[in-house]
Amino acid sequence: MQFVQFQDLSKSFGTKEILKDINLDLEKGKIYGLLGPNGSGKTTMIKIINGLLQPSSGKILINGCEPGIESKKIISYLPERTYLNMNMKVSELIQFFKDFYDDFDEKKAIKLLYKLKIKETDQLKNMSKGTKEKVQLVMVMSRKADLYVLDEPIGGVDPASRDYILETILTNFNEDASILISTHLISDIEKILDQVIFINQGKIVLNEDADTIRKKKKTTIDKLFREEFKC
Amino acid sequence: MEFQFDDDKPIYKQLVEKIKLEIVLGHFKRGDKLPSVRELSTMIRVNPNTIQRALAELEEEKLIYTKRTSGKFVTEDGEIIHQVMKEMAKEKMETFIKDMKTLGLNIDDVIKLLKERK
Repeated sequence: MQFVQFQDLSKSFGTKEILKDINLDLEKGKIYGLLGPNGSGKTTMIKIINGLLQPSSGKILINGCEPGIESKKIISYLPERTYLNMNMKVSELIQFFKDFYDDFDEKKAIKLLYKLKIKETDQLKNMSKGTKEKVQLVMVMSRKADLYVLDEPIGGVDPASRDYILETILTNFNEDASILISTHLISDIEKILDQVIFINQGKIVLNEDADTIRKKKKTTIDKLFREEFKC
Repeated sequence: MEFQFDDDKPIYKQLVEKIKLEIVLGHFKRGDKLPSVRELSTMIRVNPNTIQRALAELEEEKLIYTKRTSGKFVTEDGEIIHQVMKEMAKEKMETFIKDMKTLGLNIDDVIKLLKERK
């Protein structure tokens, strides 16, 4: 079933065309990697999925409808930059998510935070950049959503924490949901991807099953990316 | 179970080989229950669908089987496991012989060297 559909979608800011004629379908039960160099349009695509930006032309459908209140209920979104109030304590953050999202699983969040040795009394502003990112990911993954959209979830954390984050993503992923992960740290995440989407200068240049790519090109996705986007 | 994967092969293929090796080495014993897809997925941080694909292939080769509602198990049939071991040995040998050939040695030279080595 096509859960997200981009139909001839373009987006411009002024005269600058950021996305050009995007046609893309995302199914349920798969983990997608949205991979592209800086400024290729990854975050713009993600913001459009989340209804934060409107397409200039073409259409986007989430579960058959345009983004809105209904789509926000079923999409759990980890933005590239934090939107949380840094004065909040973890306990307040949990309350915040409970208030906003019916599908938020408080017990799960507490369990995951406990594993990270984060206390409910800890304040966000006193955390390191990496810890903040982990806390936010835990909150996002503790929702029982149909689609998780993670914009650069491993950007700010060390390699050991990356493993923790991948584990968190995998343990909380269920077959009825999909995950869209945007990143340029490919070697770290390629083992968990079903499908790979390469985007460059606002266009989809590749959209294929990850293992099929490895078989055809006899190389890792990471190496293929380096080849494709060589400066 | 640590899992290092190389570049040039699909991950599910590499997983198939890895699990075969674990069975041949007896880390997964005859009749043992395998970890679930989810467990394997988080253990080695590989996509659950990829694990599913690898297990399906192992099942096709009759190395594992599914018990309804209780999961996947290693075959009880020692002959199948022995066969897999022989196949793996054969593959290793082929690579070895190929390497020796690039060094300019023929089979007789190789056998002589092996005997000298004791």
